[in-house]
Amino acid sequence: MIIKQLSIFLENKSGRIHEITEILGRENLNIHALSLADSENFGVLRLIVNDLDKSLDCLKKNGVATSLTSVLAVEVPDKPGGLAAVMKVIDDAGLNIEYMYSIPEKTHDNAIMIMRFDNTEQAVNKLDGKGLRILTQQEVLKL
Amino acid sequence: MWNPEKEKISPAKLRAEQSEALRKLVEKLYTRVPFYREKMNLHNIKPEDINSIDDISKLPFTTKHEMRDVYPYGLLAADRRDIVEIHTSSGTTGKPVVGAYTHNDIDLWAEGMARTLSMAGIDETDTIQNMYGYGMFTGGLGVHYGTRLVGANLLPASSGNSKRQLQLMQDFGSTAISCTPSYCLYLAEYAQEQGIDIRELGLKAGFFGAEPWSENMRLDIQNKLGLKAYDIYGLTEIIGPGVAAECAEQQGLHIFEDLFYPEIINPDTGEVLPDGEKGELVITTLTREGSPILRYRTRDITFIIPEPCRCGRTLRRIHRLFGRNDDMLIIRGVNVFPSQIEEILLRIEGVEPHYQIVVERQGMLDTMEVRVEVNETIFSDEIRRLEFLEKSIRDEIKTGLGVNAAVKLVEPKTIARSEGKAKRVIDNRNITTGA
Repeated sequence: MIIKQLSIFLENKSGRIHEITEILGRENLNIHALSLADSENFGVLRLIVNDLDKSLDCLKKNGVATSLTSVLAVEVPDKPGGLAAVMKVIDDAGLNIEYMYSIPEKTHDNAIMIMRFDNTEQAVNKLDGKGLRILTQQEVLKL
Repeated sequence: MWNPEKEKISPAKLRAEQSEALRKLVEKLYTRVPFYREKMNLHNIKPEDINSIDDISKLPFTTKHEMRDVYPYGLLAADRRDIVEIHTSSGTTGKPVVGAYTHNDIDLWAEGMARTLSMAGIDETDTIQNMYGYGMFTGGLGVHYGTRLVGANLLPASSGNSKRQLQLMQDFGSTAISCTPSYCLYLAEYAQEQGIDIRELGLKAGFFGAEPWSENMRLDIQNKLGLKAYDIYGLTEIIGPGVAAECAEQQGLHIFEDLFYPEIINPDTGEVLPDGEKGELVITTLTREGSPILRYRTRDITFIIPEPCRCGRTLRRIHRLFGRNDDMLIIRGVNVFPSQIEEILLRIEGVEPHYQIVVERQGMLDTMEVRVEVNETIFSDEIRRLEFLEKSIRDEIKTGLGVNAAVKLVEPKTIARSEGKAKRVIDNRNITTGA
Protein backbone atom coordinates (compact mmCIF):
# COMPACT_ATOMS: atom_id res chain seq x y z
CA MET A 1 0.00 0.00 0.00
CA ILE A 2 2.70 2.40 1.01
CA ILE A 3 4.66 3.79 -1.89
CA LYS A 4 7.98 5.57 -1.92
CA GLN A 5 8.54 9.03 -3.21
CA LEU A 6 11.89 10.67 -3.90
CA SER A 7 12.36 13.96 -2.08
CA ILE A 8 15.10 16.26 -3.30
CA PHE A 9 16.52 19.39 -1.71
CA LEU A 10 16.97 22.30 -4.09
CA GLU A 11 18.33 25.74 -3.57
CA ASN A 12 16.26 28.47 -5.17
CA LYS A 13 18.47 29.13 -8.13
CA SER A 14 17.81 28.93 -11.80
CA GLY A 15 18.60 25.78 -13.70
CA ARG A 16 18.42 23.34 -10.80
CA ILE A 17 15.27 21.51 -11.90
CA HIS A 18 16.70 21.28 -15.38
CA GLU A 19 19.87 19.70 -14.00
CA ILE A 20 18.01 17.18 -11.84
CA THR A 21 15.68 16.11 -14.63
CA GLU A 22 18.61 15.81 -16.99
CA ILE A 23 20.42 13.48 -14.59
CA LEU A 24 17.32 11.27 -14.46
CA GLY A 25 16.69 11.43 -18.19
CA ARG A 26 20.27 10.39 -19.02
CA GLU A 27 19.73 7.22 -16.97
CA ASN A 28 16.44 6.53 -18.73
CA LEU A 29 14.42 7.15 -15.59
CA ASN A 30 10.84 8.25 -15.96
CA ILE A 31 8.96 10.68 -13.75
CA HIS A 32 5.34 9.65 -13.12
CA ALA A 33 4.39 12.54 -10.89
CA LEU A 34 6.04 15.65 -9.57
CA SER A 35 5.40 18.35 -7.06
CA LEU A 36 7.55 21.30 -6.09
CA ALA A 37 7.25 23.04 -2.74
CA ASP A 38 9.20 26.16 -2.05
CA SER A 39 10.15 28.49 0.76
CA GLU A 40 12.06 31.74 0.62
CA ASN A 41 15.49 30.17 0.13
CA PHE A 42 14.98 26.61 -0.97
CA GLY A 43 12.58 24.14 -2.47
CA VAL A 44 11.77 20.46 -2.11
CA LEU A 45 11.13 18.52 -5.29
CA ARG A 46 8.97 15.42 -4.83
CA LEU A 47 9.00 12.75 -7.49
CA ILE A 48 7.36 9.41 -8.19
CA VAL A 49 9.81 7.57 -10.47
CA ASN A 50 9.84 4.21 -12.21
CA ASP A 51 13.09 2.93 -10.68
CA LEU A 52 13.63 4.12 -7.13
CA ASP A 53 16.99 2.52 -6.36
CA LYS A 54 18.56 3.59 -9.61
CA SER A 55 17.22 7.14 -9.24
CA LEU A 56 18.44 7.41 -5.67
CA ASP A 57 21.81 6.05 -6.69
CA CYS A 58 22.43 8.40 -9.59
CA LEU A 59 21.17 11.45 -7.74
CA LYS A 60 23.45 10.75 -4.78
CA LYS A 61 26.36 10.22 -7.12
CA ASN A 62 25.71 13.70 -8.42
CA GLY A 63 25.78 15.15 -4.92
CA VAL A 64 22.06 15.83 -4.67
CA ALA A 65 20.51 15.70 -1.18
CA THR A 66 17.82 13.06 -1.66
CA SER A 67 15.68 10.97 0.63
CA LEU A 68 12.82 8.50 0.37
CA THR A 69 9.46 9.44 1.79
CA SER A 70 6.48 7.17 2.43
CA VAL A 71 3.29 8.36 0.79
CA LEU A 72 -0.06 6.91 -0.26
CA ALA A 73 -1.57 6.95 -3.77
CA VAL A 74 -5.32 7.31 -3.33
CA GLU A 75 -7.95 6.95 -6.03
CA VAL A 76 -10.31 9.91 -6.30
CA PRO A 77 -13.51 9.83 -8.43
CA ASP A 78 -13.06 12.36 -11.23
CA LYS A 79 -16.37 14.13 -10.79
CA PRO A 80 -17.73 17.09 -8.83
CA GLY A 81 -17.54 16.33 -5.13
CA GLY A 82 -15.19 13.37 -5.72
CA LEU A 83 -12.26 14.82 -3.78
CA ALA A 84 -14.55 16.16 -1.05
CA ALA A 85 -15.88 12.65 -0.46
CA VAL A 86 -12.36 11.26 -0.12
CA MET A 87 -11.38 14.11 2.19
CA LYS A 88 -14.39 13.40 4.37
CA VAL A 89 -13.22 9.83 4.88
CA ILE A 90 -9.73 11.05 5.79
CA ASP A 91 -11.10 13.73 8.04
CA ASP A 92 -13.44 11.31 9.79
CA ALA A 93 -10.50 8.98 10.38
CA GLY A 94 -8.81 11.84 12.24
CA LEU A 95 -5.91 12.05 9.81
CA ASN A 96 -3.99 15.12 8.80
CA ILE A 97 -2.51 15.56 5.33
CA GLU A 98 0.92 17.21 5.18
CA TYR A 99 0.70 17.76 1.45
CA MET A 100 -0.74 16.19 -1.67
CA TYR A 101 -0.46 16.36 -5.42
CA SER A 102 -1.92 14.51 -8.36
CA ILE A 103 -0.60 12.04 -10.89
CA PRO A 104 -1.33 13.01 -14.51
CA GLU A 105 -2.60 9.51 -15.44
CA LYS A 106 -6.04 8.21 -14.51
CA THR A 107 -7.46 4.78 -13.73
CA HIS A 108 -10.76 4.58 -15.63
CA ASP A 109 -12.71 7.54 -14.31
CA ASN A 110 -10.56 8.03 -11.27
CA ALA A 111 -7.82 10.53 -10.63
CA ILE A 112 -4.88 9.54 -8.43
CA MET A 113 -3.67 11.73 -5.60
CA ILE A 114 -0.37 11.28 -3.80
CA MET A 115 -0.87 12.05 -0.12
CA ARG A 116 1.64 12.50 2.64
CA PHE A 117 0.49 11.92 6.23
CA ASP A 118 2.24 12.52 9.54
CA ASN A 119 2.37 8.79 10.09
CA THR A 120 1.89 6.71 6.97
CA GLU A 121 1.39 3.30 8.65
CA GLN A 122 -1.21 4.72 10.99
CA ALA A 123 -2.96 6.30 7.99
CA VAL A 124 -3.07 2.93 6.19
CA ASN A 125 -4.59 1.26 9.25
CA LYS A 126 -7.15 3.96 9.83
CA LEU A 127 -8.23 4.06 6.19
CA ASP A 128 -8.56 0.29 5.98
CA GLY A 129 -12.12 -0.76 5.20
CA LYS A 130 -13.32 2.80 4.66
CA GLY A 131 -14.00 2.28 0.98
CA LEU A 132 -10.98 4.13 -0.39
CA ARG A 133 -8.82 2.43 -2.96
CA ILE A 134 -5.11 2.84 -2.23
CA LEU A 135 -2.77 1.84 -5.04
CA THR A 136 0.41 -0.19 -4.68
CA GLN A 137 3.78 0.94 -6.07
CA GLN A 138 3.39 -1.56 -8.91
CA GLU A 139 -0.03 -0.22 -9.83
CA VAL A 140 1.22 3.34 -9.83
CA LEU A 141 4.16 2.47 -12.07
CA LYS A 142 1.89 0.66 -14.53
CA LEU A 143 -0.31 3.71 -15.04
CA MET B 1 42.75 69.39 26.67
CA TRP B 2 41.68 67.21 29.58
CA ASN B 3 45.08 66.45 31.11
CA PRO B 4 47.81 68.61 29.56
CA GLU B 5 50.39 67.38 32.05
CA LYS B 6 50.06 63.88 30.61
CA GLU B 7 48.92 64.59 27.09
CA LYS B 8 51.78 67.03 26.46
CA ILE B 9 54.35 65.18 28.53
CA SER B 10 57.98 65.44 27.38
CA PRO B 11 59.27 62.25 25.78
CA ALA B 12 61.99 61.91 28.42
CA LYS B 13 59.53 62.20 31.30
CA LEU B 14 57.13 59.80 29.59
CA ARG B 15 59.89 57.22 29.22
CA ALA B 16 60.85 57.55 32.85
CA GLU B 17 57.23 57.08 33.93
CA GLN B 18 56.70 54.15 31.59
CA SER B 19 59.90 52.47 32.81
CA GLU B 20 58.89 52.83 36.42
CA ALA B 21 55.35 51.62 35.75
CA LEU B 22 56.55 48.59 33.80
CA ARG B 23 59.03 47.63 36.49
CA LYS B 24 56.30 47.73 39.14
CA LEU B 25 53.83 45.92 36.92
CA VAL B 26 56.17 43.05 36.16
CA GLU B 27 57.10 42.67 39.80
CA LYS B 28 53.43 42.56 40.77
CA LEU B 29 52.46 40.12 38.04
CA TYR B 30 55.36 37.83 38.90
CA THR B 31 54.37 37.78 42.57
CA ARG B 32 50.61 37.67 42.25
CA VAL B 33 49.62 35.99 38.99
CA PRO B 34 50.77 32.37 38.51
CA PHE B 35 49.91 32.61 34.82
CA TYR B 36 52.54 35.33 34.30
CA ARG B 37 55.06 33.85 36.72
CA GLU B 38 55.03 30.57 34.82
CA LYS B 39 55.30 32.32 31.49
CA MET B 40 58.23 34.41 32.65
CA ASN B 41 59.97 31.41 34.15
CA LEU B 42 59.49 29.61 30.87
CA HIS B 43 61.22 32.50 29.09
CA ASN B 44 63.89 32.77 31.77
CA ILE B 45 62.90 36.29 32.70
CA LYS B 46 62.95 37.57 36.25
CA PRO B 47 61.44 40.87 37.43
CA GLU B 48 64.97 42.23 38.05
CA ASP B 49 65.68 41.88 34.30
CA ILE B 50 63.15 44.63 33.62
CA ASN B 51 64.66 48.02 34.35
CA SER B 52 63.42 50.25 31.60
CA ILE B 53 60.61 50.37 29.09
CA ASP B 54 63.06 49.11 26.45
CA ASP B 55 63.24 45.82 28.31
CA ILE B 56 59.60 45.18 27.44
CA SER B 57 60.64 43.24 24.34
CA LYS B 58 62.15 40.58 26.63
CA LEU B 59 58.70 39.79 27.99
CA PRO B 60 56.37 37.19 26.48
CA PHE B 61 53.19 38.13 24.63
CA THR B 62 49.68 37.43 25.88
CA THR B 63 47.07 36.15 23.43
CA LYS B 64 43.28 36.14 23.49
CA HIS B 65 43.44 32.36 23.50
CA GLU B 66 45.52 32.32 26.68
CA MET B 67 43.14 34.75 28.32
CA ARG B 68 40.26 32.41 27.57
CA ASP B 69 42.15 29.45 28.98
CA VAL B 70 42.40 31.06 32.40
CA TYR B 71 38.74 32.15 32.50
CA PRO B 72 37.34 33.53 34.75
CA TYR B 73 39.83 34.75 37.33
CA GLY B 74 43.19 33.50 36.08
CA LEU B 75 44.54 36.96 35.29
CA LEU B 76 43.37 38.63 38.45
CA ALA B 77 46.18 40.68 40.00
CA ALA B 78 44.14 42.29 42.78
CA ASP B 79 42.19 40.88 45.71
CA ARG B 80 38.65 39.89 44.84
CA ARG B 81 37.42 42.33 47.49
CA ASP B 82 39.02 45.22 45.58
CA ILE B 83 37.23 44.40 42.32
CA VAL B 84 34.22 46.62 41.70
CA GLU B 85 33.20 45.72 38.17
CA ILE B 86 33.64 42.87 35.74
CA HIS B 87 33.22 42.88 31.97
CA THR B 88 33.54 40.10 29.46
CA SER B 89 34.12 40.22 25.75
CA SER B 90 31.22 39.62 23.40
CA GLY B 91 30.66 36.06 22.33
CA THR B 92 29.54 33.56 24.89
CA THR B 93 30.40 30.36 23.12
CA GLY B 94 33.66 29.04 24.29
CA LYS B 95 35.03 31.10 27.10
CA PRO B 96 34.93 34.87 27.01
CA VAL B 97 37.76 37.19 27.90
CA VAL B 98 37.43 38.83 31.31
CA GLY B 99 38.28 42.35 32.40
CA ALA B 100 38.17 42.97 36.15
CA TYR B 101 38.24 46.56 37.40
CA THR B 102 39.23 48.04 40.74
CA HIS B 103 38.10 51.54 41.72
CA ASN B 104 41.36 52.87 40.32
CA ASP B 105 40.80 50.98 37.07
CA ILE B 106 37.39 52.60 36.68
CA ASP B 107 39.04 56.00 37.32
CA LEU B 108 41.65 55.13 34.71
CA TRP B 109 38.95 54.16 32.26
CA ALA B 110 37.12 57.44 32.90
CA GLU B 111 40.42 59.31 32.40
CA GLY B 112 40.98 57.72 28.97
CA MET B 113 37.44 58.52 27.91
CA ALA B 114 37.57 62.05 29.37
CA ARG B 115 40.65 62.72 27.24
CA THR B 116 38.81 61.25 24.26
CA LEU B 117 35.74 63.44 24.74
CA SER B 118 37.80 66.56 25.45
CA MET B 119 39.65 66.10 22.17
CA ALA B 120 36.36 66.94 20.48
CA GLY B 121 35.85 69.94 22.75
CA ILE B 122 33.24 68.31 24.98
CA ASP B 123 32.76 69.98 28.38
CA GLU B 124 30.10 70.63 31.05
CA THR B 125 27.99 72.57 28.60
CA ASP B 126 27.49 69.57 26.31
CA THR B 127 24.88 66.83 26.27
CA ILE B 128 26.15 63.40 25.24
CA GLN B 129 23.72 60.80 24.03
CA ASN B 130 25.46 57.48 24.60
CA MET B 131 24.06 54.94 22.18
CA TYR B 132 26.60 52.20 22.84
CA GLY B 133 25.03 49.19 24.49
CA TYR B 134 25.21 49.07 28.26
CA GLY B 135 25.95 45.79 29.96
CA MET B 136 28.85 43.38 29.64
CA PHE B 137 29.98 45.17 26.47
CA THR B 138 32.50 47.84 27.48
CA GLY B 139 31.33 50.49 25.01
CA GLY B 140 28.36 51.78 26.98
CA LEU B 141 29.92 52.10 30.42
CA GLY B 142 33.25 53.37 29.09
CA VAL B 143 31.62 56.39 27.48
CA HIS B 144 29.39 56.69 30.54
CA TYR B 145 32.28 57.03 33.01
CA GLY B 146 34.18 59.43 30.76
CA THR B 147 31.15 61.67 30.34
CA ARG B 148 30.58 61.72 34.08
CA LEU B 149 34.18 62.76 34.65
CA VAL B 150 34.02 65.53 32.07
CA GLY B 151 30.78 66.68 33.64
CA ALA B 152 28.69 66.85 30.50
CA ASN B 153 24.96 66.06 30.61
CA LEU B 154 24.67 62.35 30.00
CA LEU B 155 21.84 60.53 28.27
CA PRO B 156 22.52 56.81 28.87
CA ALA B 157 20.28 55.83 25.95
CA SER B 158 22.02 52.52 25.22
CA SER B 159 21.65 50.92 21.78
CA GLY B 160 18.58 50.46 19.60
CA ASN B 161 15.12 52.04 19.57
CA SER B 162 15.82 54.62 16.88
CA LYS B 163 12.53 56.41 17.38
CA ARG B 164 13.36 57.14 21.00
CA GLN B 165 16.94 58.09 20.11
CA LEU B 166 15.65 60.82 17.80
CA GLN B 167 13.12 61.95 20.37
CA LEU B 168 15.88 62.28 23.01
CA MET B 169 18.03 64.24 20.57
CA GLN B 170 15.20 66.63 19.86
CA ASP B 171 13.96 67.02 23.43
CA PHE B 172 17.29 67.33 25.23
CA GLY B 173 19.34 68.97 22.50
CA SER B 174 22.14 66.39 22.40
CA THR B 175 25.37 67.95 21.16
CA ALA B 176 27.33 64.71 20.85
CA ILE B 177 26.60 61.06 20.21
CA SER B 178 28.49 57.82 20.62
CA CYS B 179 27.65 54.63 18.74
CA THR B 180 28.96 52.35 16.03
CA PRO B 181 29.53 54.20 12.74
CA SER B 182 27.08 51.95 10.93
CA TYR B 183 24.32 52.61 13.44
CA CYS B 184 24.74 56.35 13.10
CA LEU B 185 24.27 56.11 9.35
CA TYR B 186 21.24 53.95 9.90
CA LEU B 187 19.87 56.53 12.31
CA ALA B 188 20.43 59.31 9.76
CA GLU B 189 18.44 57.34 7.22
CA TYR B 190 15.71 56.60 9.73
CA ALA B 191 15.48 60.30 10.63
CA GLN B 192 15.06 61.16 6.97
CA GLU B 193 12.21 58.66 6.66
CA GLN B 194 10.57 60.30 9.66
CA GLY B 195 10.89 63.69 8.03
CA ILE B 196 13.42 64.89 10.60
CA ASP B 197 16.46 66.84 9.43
CA ILE B 198 19.09 65.38 11.72
CA ARG B 199 21.59 68.00 10.53
CA GLU B 200 19.48 70.68 12.17
CA LEU B 201 19.46 69.08 15.63
CA GLY B 202 22.69 70.73 16.74
CA LEU B 203 24.97 67.70 16.97
CA LYS B 204 28.60 68.74 16.84
CA ALA B 205 30.59 65.58 17.57
CA GLY B 206 30.24 61.84 17.23
CA PHE B 207 32.47 59.17 18.79
CA PHE B 208 32.60 56.13 16.63
CA GLY B 209 34.34 52.83 17.16
CA ALA B 210 33.87 49.14 17.88
CA GLU B 211 33.84 48.21 14.20
CA PRO B 212 35.95 48.90 11.12
CA TRP B 213 35.09 52.01 9.14
CA SER B 214 36.73 53.99 6.42
CA GLU B 215 37.65 57.55 5.60
CA ASN B 216 34.84 57.62 3.04
CA MET B 217 32.40 56.54 5.68
CA ARG B 218 33.63 59.38 7.88
CA LEU B 219 32.90 61.90 5.14
CA ASP B 220 29.50 60.35 4.63
CA ILE B 221 28.68 60.52 8.35
CA GLN B 222 29.90 64.10 8.69
CA ASN B 223 27.88 65.12 5.69
CA LYS B 224 24.69 63.33 6.69
CA LEU B 225 24.68 64.26 10.37
CA GLY B 226 26.36 67.65 10.25
CA LEU B 227 28.87 66.75 12.95
CA LYS B 228 32.56 65.99 13.23
CA ALA B 229 33.15 62.24 13.36
CA TYR B 230 35.92 61.01 15.68
CA ASP B 231 37.51 57.58 15.50
CA ILE B 232 37.97 56.03 18.94
CA TYR B 233 39.74 52.81 19.82
CA GLY B 234 39.64 50.39 22.67
CA LEU B 235 39.13 46.76 23.54
CA THR B 236 37.80 44.80 26.48
CA GLU B 237 41.10 42.98 27.02
CA ILE B 238 42.81 46.31 27.70
CA ILE B 239 40.03 48.35 29.34
CA GLY B 240 37.33 49.15 26.76
CA PRO B 241 37.10 52.41 24.80
CA GLY B 242 39.53 55.10 25.89
CA VAL B 243 42.78 53.50 24.74
CA ALA B 244 43.33 55.78 21.75
CA ALA B 245 41.32 58.52 20.08
CA GLU B 246 41.47 61.16 17.39
CA CYS B 247 41.95 64.82 18.15
CA ALA B 248 40.37 67.57 16.07
CA GLU B 249 43.12 67.17 13.45
CA GLN B 250 41.63 63.75 12.57
CA GLN B 251 45.05 62.50 11.50
CA GLY B 252 45.47 59.31 13.46
CA LEU B 253 44.51 58.32 17.00
CA HIS B 254 46.59 59.50 19.98
CA ILE B 255 47.29 56.42 22.06
CA PHE B 256 47.35 57.16 25.78
CA GLU B 257 50.78 55.65 26.10
CA ASP B 258 51.34 56.81 29.65
CA LEU B 259 48.65 54.23 30.51
CA PHE B 260 48.70 51.77 27.60
CA TYR B 261 52.12 51.11 26.13
CA PRO B 262 51.95 50.42 22.39
CA GLU B 263 54.33 48.36 20.30
CA ILE B 264 54.09 47.36 16.67
CA ILE B 265 55.40 43.91 15.90
CA ASN B 266 55.92 41.69 12.91
CA PRO B 267 53.05 39.26 13.51
CA ASP B 268 55.04 36.33 12.13
CA THR B 269 58.31 36.77 14.02
CA GLY B 270 57.23 38.82 17.05
CA GLU B 271 60.00 41.29 16.31
CA VAL B 272 59.31 44.87 17.42
CA LEU B 273 59.12 47.24 14.45
CA PRO B 274 60.21 50.88 14.43
CA ASP B 275 57.67 53.71 14.33
CA GLY B 276 56.22 54.19 10.89
CA GLU B 277 56.28 50.48 9.99
CA LYS B 278 53.03 48.64 9.65
CA GLY B 279 52.40 45.59 11.80
CA GLU B 280 50.33 44.21 14.65
CA LEU B 281 49.52 46.45 17.58
CA VAL B 282 50.59 45.08 20.96
CA ILE B 283 49.49 46.83 24.15
CA THR B 284 50.62 46.61 27.76
CA THR B 285 48.41 48.10 30.46
CA LEU B 286 51.02 49.95 32.51
CA THR B 287 48.89 50.95 35.47
CA ARG B 288 45.89 48.66 35.66
CA GLU B 289 45.26 46.79 38.91
CA GLY B 290 42.39 44.33 38.40
CA SER B 291 43.43 42.43 35.30
CA PRO B 292 46.59 43.99 33.87
CA ILE B 293 47.81 42.59 30.57
CA LEU B 294 51.38 42.22 29.42
CA ARG B 295 52.03 42.69 25.72
CA TYR B 296 48.56 41.82 24.52
CA ARG B 297 48.44 40.88 20.85
CA THR B 298 45.46 42.85 19.57
CA ARG B 299 45.59 41.37 16.03
CA ASP B 300 44.81 44.88 14.80
CA ILE B 301 47.07 46.11 12.02
CA THR B 302 48.33 49.69 12.11
CA PHE B 303 51.52 51.71 12.45
CA ILE B 304 52.74 54.35 14.88
CA ILE B 305 52.91 57.84 13.40
CA PRO B 306 56.18 59.27 14.71
CA GLU B 307 55.68 62.89 13.67
CA PRO B 308 54.33 65.28 16.32
CA CYS B 309 50.69 66.25 15.94
CA ARG B 310 49.64 69.82 15.25
CA CYS B 311 47.30 69.72 18.23
CA GLY B 312 50.29 69.92 20.57
CA ARG B 313 49.83 66.54 22.23
CA THR B 314 53.06 64.58 22.48
CA LEU B 315 51.39 61.19 22.90
CA ARG B 316 52.10 59.31 19.69
CA ARG B 317 49.38 58.42 17.26
CA ILE B 318 48.41 55.16 15.60
CA HIS B 319 47.02 55.16 12.09
CA ARG B 320 43.36 54.28 11.64
CA LEU B 321 43.24 50.47 11.75
CA PHE B 322 43.94 48.66 8.49
CA GLY B 323 42.19 45.47 9.50
CA ARG B 324 43.09 42.34 11.42
CA ASN B 325 45.54 39.51 11.01
CA ASP B 326 43.19 36.81 12.24
CA ASP B 327 39.78 35.65 11.06
CA MET B 328 37.74 37.70 13.51
CA LEU B 329 34.78 39.48 11.95
CA ILE B 330 33.19 42.52 13.48
CA ILE B 331 29.48 42.59 12.77
CA ARG B 332 27.71 45.67 14.06
CA GLY B 333 30.19 46.02 16.88
CA VAL B 334 30.08 42.35 17.85
CA ASN B 335 33.23 40.26 17.50
CA VAL B 336 32.55 37.00 15.71
CA PHE B 337 35.03 34.22 15.02
CA PRO B 338 34.08 31.62 12.41
CA SER B 339 35.02 28.97 14.98
CA GLN B 340 32.17 30.20 17.19
CA ILE B 341 29.68 29.70 14.38
CA GLU B 342 31.13 26.24 13.87
CA GLU B 343 30.69 25.35 17.55
CA ILE B 344 27.06 26.44 17.41
CA LEU B 345 26.37 24.38 14.29
CA LEU B 346 27.92 21.31 15.83
CA ARG B 347 25.62 21.58 18.80
CA ILE B 348 22.62 21.11 16.51
CA GLU B 349 21.93 17.46 15.88
CA GLY B 350 22.75 16.21 12.44
CA VAL B 351 24.36 19.43 11.25
CA GLU B 352 27.85 19.02 9.86
CA PRO B 353 30.35 21.85 9.95
CA HIS B 354 30.05 22.55 6.22
CA TYR B 355 29.25 26.20 6.35
CA GLN B 356 30.18 29.55 4.98
CA ILE B 357 29.75 33.02 6.39
CA VAL B 358 28.91 35.80 3.96
CA VAL B 359 29.17 39.34 5.24
CA GLU B 360 27.73 42.25 3.31
CA ARG B 361 27.16 45.89 3.99
CA GLN B 362 23.59 46.48 2.88
CA GLY B 363 22.89 50.16 2.87
CA MET B 364 24.34 51.21 6.17
CA LEU B 365 24.37 48.02 8.17
CA ASP B 366 26.42 44.88 8.12
CA THR B 367 24.55 41.67 7.48
CA MET B 368 25.77 38.17 8.06
CA GLU B 369 24.46 35.15 6.24
CA VAL B 370 25.41 31.69 7.39
CA ARG B 371 25.11 29.08 4.68
CA VAL B 372 24.83 25.53 5.88
CA GLU B 373 25.01 22.51 3.64
CA VAL B 374 22.06 20.15 3.84
CA ASN B 375 22.94 16.51 4.38
CA GLU B 376 20.80 13.38 4.50
CA THR B 377 20.43 13.52 8.26
CA ILE B 378 18.96 16.99 8.39
CA PHE B 379 17.14 16.91 5.07
CA SER B 380 13.45 16.57 5.57
CA ASP B 381 10.80 16.23 2.94
CA GLU B 382 8.73 18.76 4.85
CA ILE B 383 9.39 22.44 4.29
CA ARG B 384 8.36 23.39 7.80
CA ARG B 385 10.98 21.11 9.35
CA LEU B 386 13.68 22.67 7.21
CA GLU B 387 12.42 26.12 8.06
CA PHE B 388 12.43 25.14 11.72
CA LEU B 389 16.05 24.05 11.36
CA GLU B 390 16.95 27.41 9.82
CA LYS B 391 15.22 29.16 12.67
CA SER B 392 16.96 27.00 15.30
CA ILE B 393 20.37 27.87 13.90
CA ARG B 394 19.43 31.53 13.70
CA ASP B 395 18.23 31.52 17.32
CA GLU B 396 21.33 29.71 18.57
CA ILE B 397 23.59 32.27 16.86
CA LYS B 398 21.55 35.13 18.30
CA THR B 399 21.66 33.66 21.80
CA GLY B 400 25.28 32.59 21.64
CA LEU B 401 26.87 35.53 19.87
CA GLY B 402 24.35 38.31 20.22
CA VAL B 403 24.25 38.93 16.51
CA ASN B 404 21.48 38.48 13.96
CA ALA B 405 22.33 36.14 11.13
CA ALA B 406 20.32 35.05 8.14
CA VAL B 407 20.57 31.29 7.82
CA LYS B 408 20.39 29.67 4.42
CA LEU B 409 20.38 25.97 3.76
CA VAL B 410 22.31 25.09 0.65
CA GLU B 411 22.82 21.92 -1.38
CA PRO B 412 25.53 19.43 -0.41
CA LYS B 413 29.07 20.21 -1.56
CA THR B 414 28.16 23.60 -2.94
CA ILE B 415 30.34 25.56 -0.53
CA ALA B 416 33.48 26.37 -2.45
CA ARG B 417 36.42 24.32 -1.33
CA SER B 418 39.88 25.36 -2.26
CA GLU B 419 42.60 22.73 -1.99
CA GLY B 420 40.26 20.61 0.08
CA LYS B 421 39.81 23.37 2.62
CA ALA B 422 36.53 25.23 2.63
CA LYS B 423 36.56 28.97 2.37
CA ARG B 424 34.73 29.91 5.54
CA VAL B 425 34.28 33.62 5.17
CA ILE B 426 33.32 35.81 2.26
CA ASP B 427 33.50 39.42 3.33
CA ASN B 428 32.00 41.63 0.66
CA ARG B 429 32.07 44.80 2.68
CA ASN B 430 35.20 46.15 1.01
CA ILE B 431 35.92 48.63 3.73
CA THR B 432 38.97 50.58 2.74
CA THR B 433 40.48 51.54 6.06
CA GLY B 434 43.50 53.20 4.54
CA ALA B 435 43.37 57.00 4.71
